[in-house]
Amino acid sequence: MAGNATEKWQGGLLGWIDARFPLSSLWNDHLAKYYAPKNFNFWYFFGSLALLVLVLQIVTGIWLTMHYKPDSKLAFNSVEFIMRDVNWGWLIRYMHSTGASAFFIVVYLHMFRGLLYGSFRKPRELIWIFGMIIYVCLMAEAFMGYLLPWGQMSYWGAQVIINLFGAIPGIGDSIALWIRGDYVVADATLNRFFAFHAVAIPIVLLALVVLHLLALHEVGSNNPDGIEIKQNKGPDGIPLDGIPFHPYYTVKDIVGVIVFLIFFSIVVFFMPEMGGFFIEANNFIPADPLKTPQHIAPLWYFTPFYAILRAVPSMYGSAFPGVLAMALSIVLLFFLPWLDRGAVKSIRYRGNMYKGWLAAFVVSFVILGWLGMEPPSTVYTLIARICSVIYFAFFLFMPFFTRMDKTKPVPDRVTS
Amino acid sequence: MSGEDTNSGRRRFLTAATTTIGAIGTGFLLVPFISSMEPSAKARAAGAPVLADISKLEPGQLIRVKWRGKPVWVVRRTKAMLEELPKLDGRMVDPHSEMDQQPPYAKNEWRSIKPEYLVLIGICTHLGCSPTYRPDIAPADLGPNWPGGFFCPCHGSRFDMAGRVFKGVPAPLNLVVPPYHYVSNTEILIGKGKETA
Repeated sequence: MAGNATEKWQGGLLGWIDARFPLSSLWNDHLAKYYAPKNFNFWYFFGSLALLVLVLQIVTGIWLTMHYKPDSKLAFNSVEFIMRDVNWGWLIRYMHSTGASAFFIVVYLHMFRGLLYGSFRKPRELIWIFGMIIYVCLMAEAFMGYLLPWGQMSYWGAQVIINLFGAIPGIGDSIALWIRGDYVVADATLNRFFAFHAVAIPIVLLALVVLHLLALHEVGSNNPDGIEIKQNKGPDGIPLDGIPFHPYYTVKDIVGVIVFLIFFSIVVFFMPEMGGFFIEANNFIPADPLKTPQHIAPLWYFTPFYAILRAVPSMYGSAFPGVLAMALSIVLLFFLPWLDRGAVKSIRYRGNMYKGWLAAFVVSFVILGWLGMEPPSTVYTLIARICSVIYFAFFLFMPFFTRMDKTKPVPDRVTS
Repeated sequence: MSGEDTNSGRRRFLTAATTTIGAIGTGFLLVPFISSMEPSAKARAAGAPVLADISKLEPGQLIRVKWRGKPVWVVRRTKAMLEELPKLDGRMVDPHSEMDQQPPYAKNEWRSIKPEYLVLIGICTHLGCSPTYRPDIAPADLGPNWPGGFFCPCHGSRFDMAGRVFKGVPAPLNLVVPPYHYVSNTEILIGKGKETA
């Protein structure tokens, strides 16, 4: 491909660069001659939107570090300083805090797309695994970032989550001590979380996004029909159902970006705290190590897992079973490509069993998310237990119900 | 490069030996990076014992002292509170403090050196929230069975006036009694037991 490009432009600046760096071939391999299925629908916006939010978070994050002070004595006030005294500081900070929630909304929809159309299935297992690692990194990034404003919820949220590691039998206490760098969440914890949040994890995230995209462009994109467009190529070797990503999908994605930015702006300008969903009220009180707020809940994107944690009672004098269940609820997702034994990929050709189980899974995930925000009660704990069982059953029984499902015949070519 | 006189066995050995030594070296290099995240000398020094003055403590009153950054409670229990404790044994997970949640000198009916004064680390054994002190008996929000004690608002764990955990709550263990001893009749040194003093 590099050869083609040099012939086409016959030297010039681009030719000079191409002889030294594969600029044209990179452009062609990943955009101008990357053939994506022509039947992408609404669900295919969220990949590019995730990339947009990542850029937004990195840019606003860099600007926030110009005024933020990662010191337990100064952190809370430096955030208020950003909000009140720094020119446009409120906008940059609200873009960053709204961006965090937007990131999870986009990523959850992006992952759900995978469940709908079987995008994690062979040969795209590695794309899914890289994506899952991105998701786990994103959770670490969000959790550490939430400590930085050093409010009450920052402090006690971090205290509870770090204590999850403390529940590991035997070595748990020393691991929790090592993570905190002090006997309680303290200045040392804040300082290192800042280092991880602002430097270490973003670097890992960027590298993972590159791997995610390289793996995707190696095997090619899935589509709502779940069929391989590379199996039907024209005489020129181009998939008959494929169209160049650029300009067709770059332009289409820009439409998605505009719609997304409309919603994003409404939140940033009119409801940046989103009624406590994006920034909790208690976080406007400075951290107090001696006083726990009346009700602690993590931000909405963690609550389904938090509800699973609370649903499992302590056993044998240890809170570890709950922690294990919570960890398992995330680890199981990694194994989806091998748990799904269905004959078809897309939900369009799956039978009622997969549809039913997927619906039950989504409903229980949403209910768990809601329960995780509520204070615990006997009835809620019972509902959380039922939903947790459904959540795990979805994965446990997947090898069976996907195989037994009555599937419809899959067409050779994509449908519009 | 591989000619007839190539000793491939020796090449494999040298490659393996270099890789092994390199891996071990890298392993050792991890030590300073991992160890630097442990509590610093300053943080460990701040873990030094603290003195609590109990001369002005009224019966039923609780004071908070900060030790290692954690809240430590000193409560002067009333006679009624102390008499209530043995009656609650049946509702407790660990009524006789069998689990190692207190120094040996506090392993008794009151979980304290002197029955009147209770010293506890005010951190829930579930996930580290700080429970609230609720000495009031049978308030509306905690139900008619509430005998007075500590209630954790985070996940609803309940503890009695000796920091013993009730059955059927998320917290698995009794609240921790820190090492402490009486320096005088009116002063407690928290963070250090008598035998090590």
